[in-house]
Amino acid sequence: MDSVFFSRMLTELTLAFHIIFATIGVGVPVMIALAQWIGVKNNDPHYLLLARRWSRGFVITVAVGVVTGTAIGLQLSLLWPKFMELAGQVIGLPLFLETFAFFIEAIFLGIYMYTWDRVKNPKLHLLLLVPVAIGGSMSAVFITTVNAFMNTPSGFDLVDGQLVNINPWEAMFNPATATKVAHVLTTSYMTSAFILAAIAAYHLLKGKRHVYYKKALRVTMIAALVFSVATAVAGDFAGKFLAKYQPEKLAAAEWHFETEKNAPLVLFGTLNEENQVESAIKIPSALSILAYGTPDGEVIGLNEFPKEEQPPLYIHYLFDLMVVIGIALTIVAFLYVLFERKKPQLVRSKLFLSILIGSAPLAMLAIEIGWFFTEVGRQPWIIRGLMKVSEAATTSDDVGIFLGLFAILYTVLTIACLSALHKLFKNKPAEKELQ
Amino acid sequence: MSQELIGISVLWLFLYGYLIVASIDFGAGFFSIYSDWFGKKHVVHKVIQRYLSPVWEVTNVFLVFFFVGIVGFFPKTAYYYGTTLFVPISISIILLAIRGSYYAFGTYGHKENKIFTFLYGVTGLLIPASLTTVLTISEGGFIKEEAGTLQLLYGELLKSPYSWSVVLLAIVSVLFISASFLTYYAHAAKDEKATQLLRKYALAWSFPTILAAIVVFFTLKQHNAVHYNEMLNLSWAFLLSLVAFGIAVYLQYRQKYYGIAFVAVMAQFGLAFFAYGFSHYPYLLYPMLTIHDGFTNEVMANTLILSFVAGLLVLVPSLYLLMRLFLFNRDYVQGKK
Repeated sequence: MDSVFFSRMLTELTLAFHIIFATIGVGVPVMIALAQWIGVKNNDPHYLLLARRWSRGFVITVAVGVVTGTAIGLQLSLLWPKFMELAGQVIGLPLFLETFAFFIEAIFLGIYMYTWDRVKNPKLHLLLLVPVAIGGSMSAVFITTVNAFMNTPSGFDLVDGQLVNINPWEAMFNPATATKVAHVLTTSYMTSAFILAAIAAYHLLKGKRHVYYKKALRVTMIAALVFSVATAVAGDFAGKFLAKYQPEKLAAAEWHFETEKNAPLVLFGTLNEENQVESAIKIPSALSILAYGTPDGEVIGLNEFPKEEQPPLYIHYLFDLMVVIGIALTIVAFLYVLFERKKPQLVRSKLFLSILIGSAPLAMLAIEIGWFFTEVGRQPWIIRGLMKVSEAATTSDDVGIFLGLFAILYTVLTIACLSALHKLFKNKPAEKELQ
Repeated sequence: MSQELIGISVLWLFLYGYLIVASIDFGAGFFSIYSDWFGKKHVVHKVIQRYLSPVWEVTNVFLVFFFVGIVGFFPKTAYYYGTTLFVPISISIILLAIRGSYYAFGTYGHKENKIFTFLYGVTGLLIPASLTTVLTISEGGFIKEEAGTLQLLYGELLKSPYSWSVVLLAIVSVLFISASFLTYYAHAAKDEKATQLLRKYALAWSFPTILAAIVVFFTLKQHNAVHYNEMLNLSWAFLLSLVAFGIAVYLQYRQKYYGIAFVAVMAQFGLAFFAYGFSHYPYLLYPMLTIHDGFTNEVMANTLILSFVAGLLVLVPSLYLLMRLFLFNRDYVQGKK
């Protein structure tokens, strides 16, 4: 095991941990703004308290996000110095811009949190949240453009190993940017809505009857449905993007080896020694439709690519799992909104509430799986077609030790974060605060 | 002014910003546990609660801005510093994480935890010590280039008197800057007890700062004579820095104008920091990397500078608002809001 292996492991570890807090950091301020807006508009103290309680929990997760974000920001240079040296020349701009988004978010979050009682005008206080929400989402946009660049590098010409004719804006708005940004934003909003819904569902399941929790569940589930549908649309575009610009990733995800029209969609299954698909569910022509919107669409197969440039085939399971979770959650949100008025006893049944609680970790799991899919699906490249992962890593011999140290650090942070959240809400039920 | 110079000046300015705001933060942690041991905890603790808690994330962004910016303007630094600094910077990340979690779990969680508070204080001294390794290494002599890879020479680093004197300077400076600011803040908060205690800390750490600076001068002469001579050419700036120091200590000693005293401290460190930076020119890393050969392409540089100006237009009013609410608002500072 060499420094390349350990560098990959440490990056995976940091990102897998950071993405939880990044997702919350992007989505939850939007949800807080939504609740506070309804509260201010209808002069409803329940929604205002909802926003206030969410924001208290939120700052704790932001703190962890700041810490892990700083870690990954530095680790990019520490673990992948040659990548940053090369990529920095072309894609340094959004990284730089992200610090401004981060600055604005941090400044206004501090102001917002510490002025709940200082700013007397509720509309003005709501306004303070706007830069926080925009800052969070813009951070995600900028960072995602960098990841998009790694998948479809553009904005330069390669002449004799040198990067020339550099256009930072074209690099930032590369072909992958639009679909990736849309998918990252919608899934963050969706997952955050499910997390907050799960909290309300948990209280209802524990037998609390206050209308506060019902309102909380209602607003979060409606948001969850809207963002789930948006996620599905964005995901569909992302699939079509892959077919056109990164066919090897789609082909590996779908175990699609021969270029053909009427390509079937392969769900789960296994591969035998000759790379033939066994015991899978096959939907005829569905892959062609997914990729091009028509059964006639010719989907490029994996065999068109040299063996050493093919991504590992296990990403098929990651892709399928991500999609299945996404669809299941959309159905859950749809059922809730459909039956909430007509059959409230159904959506407040113990079974349904338990499903809602389970949907939060599932949504986060789908985010994790999705990132592993897209990152592993780019292998062996760090910048597709330009630089391989193995060429980019540090030569330091100490990465293995720090892999262990960071694993300990993230474990401690997780425990501390959960216990802080627990302590924060344990002795302060919403009913008590409403009095 | 060339693009390279604009780029490095902007970054240096933000690093200076980090030096000041982070020192206040780091030192406050140390004073907090130190005064805790001597039964004066509440005195400093209140100031930390009122001022540092709302702004600690902003402090952190100054650092992020610097390291993202330097890789943006000078991508080659990622290769040279990224490869060699893996261990010291990874340690800094872990320390920063521990410190950040104090704010998250110690203050937002409304629960005092002895271990957290202790770690909060200790990291305040260890982080500056580990971060300044970067500046030490930039003087050259600690990196070996061999078979296409770079190695940090730990033995040289640990044996070097220069390296240790920089660590010493970093720690005493943090304590002096922090105490000077906190004296001003406590005075503005009309907390006479805290003012007197913190003023005592400030005076106690004032002369060690100068002593450590002198030691750094002379060990640098041994370590990197070229840079030392460049610094001598700017000796007027260092002398002005000493004058600013004199003003600060005089005012603190006479117990007046603590605000001006702190501005003098900022001037003292600003003058020395920029004189150090300019005399370092043109090297980003002696003798391997200058700002010219490490520089990004012209188009990227223009775009970065342009977006920096645009960013400042949003950033400066926001920072101003933050300071007005938590720093220059008399009622808030005095705990009436």
